Amino acid sequence: MATDIQTSSSASADRRKLVRSGLRRRHLNEQIFRGLGIAAIALALGFVALLFVDVFRKGIPAFIQSNVHLAVTYDPAVIDVGPAPARADFASEAEFNAASLKWQREVALLNWNTIVEASLRKALPEGYEITSRELLAIPETNARHAIREKFVSDPSLLGQTVEVDVLASANTANWVKGNIDRSLGDTQQQLSAPTRGLIDIFEENGTITNGFAWSIFTNVDSRSAPASAGLLGAFVGTLWMMLIVVVLAVPIGVAAAIYLEEFAPKSRLTDLIEVNINNLAAVPSIVFGLLGAAVFINWFHLPISAPLVGGLVLTLMTLPTIIIATRGALMGVSPALRQAALGMGASKTQMVFHHVLPVTFPSILTATILGVAHALGETAPLLLIGMKAFVASVPATPLDQAAALPVQIYLWQGNENRNFFEPRTAAAIMVLLGVMILLNGVAIYLRSRLEKRA
Amino acid sequence: MNALVVAGVLLVILGISYQTGWSRSRNLVTTNGVTVHSRPQYHGTFTALWAMLPALAVVLLWAWFGGDITRNYTVSLIPTDTVMSLDQMGLNNAINRINSLASGYGVTGELAPYEQAAGDALRSFNFITFAGSLILAIVAGGAGLLYARSQITARLRARNQVERAVNILLLACSAVAILTTVGIVASLVTEAFKFFTFINPIDFFFGTVWAPNNAGGTNHGQYGLLPLLSGTLMITAIAMLVAVPVGLMAAIYLSQYAPKSLRAVAKPLIEILAGIPTIVFGFFALVTVGPFLRDVGNAIGLQVSATSALTAGVVMGIMIIPFVSSLSDDILNQVPRTLRDGAYGLGATQSETIRNVLLPAALPGIVGAFLLAVSRAIGETMIVVLAAGNAPILRGNPLEPVSTITVSIVNQLTGDTDFTGPQSLVGFALGLTLFVVTLCLNIFALYIVRRFREQYE
Repeated sequence: MATDIQTSSSASADRRKLVRSGLRRRHLNEQIFRGLGIAAIALALGFVALLFVDVFRKGIPAFIQSNVHLAVTYDPAVIDVGPAPARADFASEAEFNAASLKWQREVALLNWNTIVEASLRKALPEGYEITSRELLAIPETNARHAIREKFVSDPSLLGQTVEVDVLASANTANWVKGNIDRSLGDTQQQLSAPTRGLIDIFEENGTITNGFAWSIFTNVDSRSAPASAGLLGAFVGTLWMMLIVVVLAVPIGVAAAIYLEEFAPKSRLTDLIEVNINNLAAVPSIVFGLLGAAVFINWFHLPISAPLVGGLVLTLMTLPTIIIATRGALMGVSPALRQAALGMGASKTQMVFHHVLPVTFPSILTATILGVAHALGETAPLLLIGMKAFVASVPATPLDQAAALPVQIYLWQGNENRNFFEPRTAAAIMVLLGVMILLNGVAIYLRSRLEKRA
Repeated sequence: MNALVVAGVLLVILGISYQTGWSRSRNLVTTNGVTVHSRPQYHGTFTALWAMLPALAVVLLWAWFGGDITRNYTVSLIPTDTVMSLDQMGLNNAINRINSLASGYGVTGELAPYEQAAGDALRSFNFITFAGSLILAIVAGGAGLLYARSQITARLRARNQVERAVNILLLACSAVAILTTVGIVASLVTEAFKFFTFINPIDFFFGTVWAPNNAGGTNHGQYGLLPLLSGTLMITAIAMLVAVPVGLMAAIYLSQYAPKSLRAVAKPLIEILAGIPTIVFGFFALVTVGPFLRDVGNAIGLQVSATSALTAGVVMGIMIIPFVSSLSDDILNQVPRTLRDGAYGLGATQSETIRNVLLPAALPGIVGAFLLAVSRAIGETMIVVLAAGNAPILRGNPLEPVSTITVSIVNQLTGDTDFTGPQSLVGFALGLTLFVVTLCLNIFALYIVRRFREQYE
């Protein structure tokens, strides 16, 4: 008996020794494992930070535009047209309209580049030699349109000199911002040596100034005048689509969720719908684009590149998300509330619509905003329904051709003028991310507010 | 303008009918002093339903068929021999000219002798049909209203009827989800079937050369799926190599080690990655990650393309991290506490508990999450469109450009409406392949995850 105790105590001492000797290694392993976890978190957060820093670093310069400050003389020798027709001289509105259109056409046919060039030459330092072609490379090609528009809206400017700010061309802006390697030889530069020298002089004497690029927000996309390319058309296109998504996806999604969660009898059919919705949520978005191309455009002959079709496709894509979130919210409502309502003699429909649904309102709202935010950034399905097209107008109705914010990013990143469009793409991404962060922020704020009240 | 008038009329019908039903019901209560089965607003809704449904039906019928009827009428206005002499385009042109004459905008060029008369006739026809359908809608709505009003008695079960209507509406809404699936399957299958009349399915599924001839003509080019499939799988594999270790370790750390405060901050921050649009990741891959990987490759003597399977895979992996981590987090939290406590009781360290007890117990669920992540990576489009290099060649080197199924869909379908040649139809065959593959992965993954949940419930 005594020997047994002795052996067992010595065995346990041995075992303790064994455990002790392994302890160092095991604790080291523990540290390594924990370190790996921290590294994974750091890596993931690092990626978030890197992405944002990278986009912002690239995009912020695009929010500064270079303007050329010109003293434009509306020289009567160049502007060789009769006076603008006045309403009083014509018997009817239609005749007046025809006459003023004819006048505007005459104005448009004038050589406005001469006027731009003359005003640029005025700003030249004494004796600076430069050809008119090289000189006109400094302002954006649409500068003459801006100057002409000013004259059309106020014909009394004829013979006068006014101060006008026009956009500098993309190449000029690149040179001013230092995006171009100044040491490259003449053959590799987009701008000729006299032009480059003149830009530097202009920058010094204040003819070229830098300001905040409102044009990004107020202009539509442009190919002939890249410096004036803006996001307005894409923004409005996206707005139309989101409107359609909200108007269609939310009522349909919430109604479907209510039916499935509250009314549906447990049957094969409802099981099928349920499996189906879960799978739809995981179908790649590009497949919804194929659906849109085949059904909405090819079978129903809806217009191509229209926000209507885009909105419908995004609606179908967002529906499962909203249904699943709403069902989750309905499931979370306490049975006590339901039974209290039923006990007071409410019908099932009354119980759902008067008592259960209002409680879930914050969750549904949040799910909706998050769903819309997701749809906002979706690109692939839109490419398939023809939104790749270059559209330089603001869509007035959902049936007009339009671009969308993410598609605009796609189009700009593919532009050949990389030096100029890479920052501009990053700027467009900043706008898109800004809208998404705003939406998410609103969702979080509303949820916390409404939940406090409920 | 016309749409506004119609909407206004419908609103007026709605308002009047609701009010009629409501006040009729109130009168029942006040005059007779009887107990009414339903409350007044149900009678109002009941009447409004009866009035709105016929009116809406008329409006919708006209919206659906009105265009064709008007077009036929317009064609009948053009002299028969002129119609005979015009082709489809010319006919459309003639119709458009008459339309713009009728709307009062006028047209450019000389008027043909019949055009002015046709324009005037069309204008009066448009007015008559519009007014006629509107009046018909009002009459139908009024009839419905009168019928419903005559039905209102104290014993009318208006609430039950309204609730039945609501129920049918709800059912219709949930059917949209089914219709979407039916639409996806129908459109993919019919268009893919058309594609297979041009190209032998065996050549498609087992072909090793992807070279569509986009110029048209009788030579359609070759449509072998394998180069695209290999590119897709290669990028997916790289993405999973990035996403699974990082996502899983992040989930383990956040759910097992991290103090509450860190978890509250880090979890939403990582989930920001999930909310960033994929086009942004694509841009990031193209202008930052790609050149970086190329420079690193050059530094260690490897030839790495800026746009390659590696670039696209790494960035896609970053995109999927939050997906893997939040799913794994959920699954780890579902493993019963008792298993963990048992391991601690035996003297295991925390990491030993996690590796030897928690992870094996959670394995099926994690495999499910992994499969869901794979399915998402396969269907991802914008990152690969921008960063994979678009080189549909069968090769095994991840440092070179590749192409994927989704990239080819985007390249082949540029928004053209005529799906006549295999050049655009192949998009649907590829889409069908993608749909079937992701569907199988999803069903299998969801099945595994559900089995896992049931195991511990």
